[in-house]
Amino acid sequence: MSALGRTRSVALAVAWRSIHNAFTNPAFLLPSVLFPLFFFIAFAGGLSGVQNAPDFDYKSGYTSFQFAFVCIQAAAFGGVFTGFAIAADFEFGFARRLMLAAPNRGGIIIGYMISAMVRAIFVLGVVFLAGLVAGMRIDGSLGDLAALLVLALCVSAVATLWSAGIAMRLRTMQAGPAMQMPVFILLFLAPVYVPLNLVAGWVHDVARFNPATAFLEAARGFVSGEPTKVGITAICLVAMFALAALWARGGLRSAEQAG
Amino acid sequence: MTALAHSALPSQVGLLAGRAIRRILRQPAQLVFPILFPLILLAVNTSGLDAATQLPGFPTASYLDFALAIPFMQGALFAALNGGQDLARDIQGGFLDRLAMTPMSGAALLAGQLGGALFMGVISAVLYLAVGVAFGAGIATGVAGALVLLALAIVISFAFACFGTFVALRAGTGEAVQGFFPLFFVLLFLSSAFFPRDLIEQDWFAIVATYNPVSYMVEGIRSLVIAGWDGQALAQAFGISAIAIVAFLALSARALRTRLVRT
Repeated sequence: MSALGRTRSVALAVAWRSIHNAFTNPAFLLPSVLFPLFFFIAFAGGLSGVQNAPDFDYKSGYTSFQFAFVCIQAAAFGGVFTGFAIAADFEFGFARRLMLAAPNRGGIIIGYMISAMVRAIFVLGVVFLAGLVAGMRIDGSLGDLAALLVLALCVSAVATLWSAGIAMRLRTMQAGPAMQMPVFILLFLAPVYVPLNLVAGWVHDVARFNPATAFLEAARGFVSGEPTKVGITAICLVAMFALAALWARGGLRSAEQAG
Repeated sequence: MTALAHSALPSQVGLLAGRAIRRILRQPAQLVFPILFPLILLAVNTSGLDAATQLPGFPTASYLDFALAIPFMQGALFAALNGGQDLARDIQGGFLDRLAMTPMSGAALLAGQLGGALFMGVISAVLYLAVGVAFGAGIATGVAGALVLLALAIVISFAFACFGTFVALRAGTGEAVQGFFPLFFVLLFLSSAFFPRDLIEQDWFAIVATYNPVSYMVEGIRSLVIAGWDGQALAQAFGISAIAIVAFLALSARALRTRLVRT
């Protein structure tokens, strides 16, 4: 079997196991569904009055405005939850056996990434249905929605690689906050509740240079049918993917050295 | 343990409360994260939702003043969660069973355990107030109001701690206490913590927030910061907290009796 074939077989095996575990054990899947759904309900329901503020200029309404945020958040946290699963696999000894058995260990990370993406698609589907039930307006075309999905999956992949790097370095579930907090801070230092021009103070200054701002604005553009900041989003994602992949590969090396 | 067995109720409480406080101080993550996280969220929300203050009818021109009540609630939630988990750990580790073989009073165990949570409540409330004032929050009721605010925050923190203690005693596992954490957050996010009730556009959300007791706790604290002395808001906040304390203390005492099988 070629190197590519070995990588693919490892990746598919790991992905299948992770997906199977997630969908047969509600305790694994529920948090990644419930948290975005809850944020969607709480933000779109409780804060919708803020759309009446002067200069709030998002044409598709506040539910759609928050839907775009929740898509990115769900994708990112799906990656983080996959990191939790990797840490658990190390803690219970499964990952060590997996590393002994896998002919190409890079495939392990790819497998986890595929599983995170599949979970993200499921969660986004649930959130999308919830949005439709809540009367969300989608002004974007099918192509725009497909682009939103691709954006979310890329965010999920980057978050998975980031979390995998930490999980493989620390190899304990206690590393959870170290995976979660930076993603949380990155997301919330972006224009979560209002467009960037209405964000005040130091968060506005940080948000201007935060790649998550580009992701959110691109996602909101796809939902409203007026794609914006697609180029800068693509550049940020490629750069972040490359860095996160290096970070994850370093984590894999660290886990290999630990035995 | 001998000292504990022969001591009177106040010294039993003191010993167990001291142990609970030392345990918090020895785990910096338990002290720092519950204090830091609400402050980070406060900073983010203050900038993110500042535009809301331009809405007609918004009760204040500063979202920091409006949102200052939120960290007190989040701090109370974290204190309840951590206190409950510590107690669950005592149950799972057999510490409670060993205590059951001594003449220790159940009341002392409850009071001692809650002493740790109360300590967390006091520390975090003072810090939140100090940080809020340092960053420009104005307390409409002045120094006296700030003292009442601290008292209310501590009472609310104690109420949540009683709930955390009840869950820990009833379920006996840290996972079960952890499992209640999302419920706490649901209560906070589906309240008037982030937006005034009369400006909430979605009817269903306004109804949920109106029936959610957390709304009244938040509004009690908020009234002292932005509105001045509001007897009704304060009475509701103190009243709901007092009811929660009495109810969950009674339930905790009952759960403790069931759990403490004396030999």
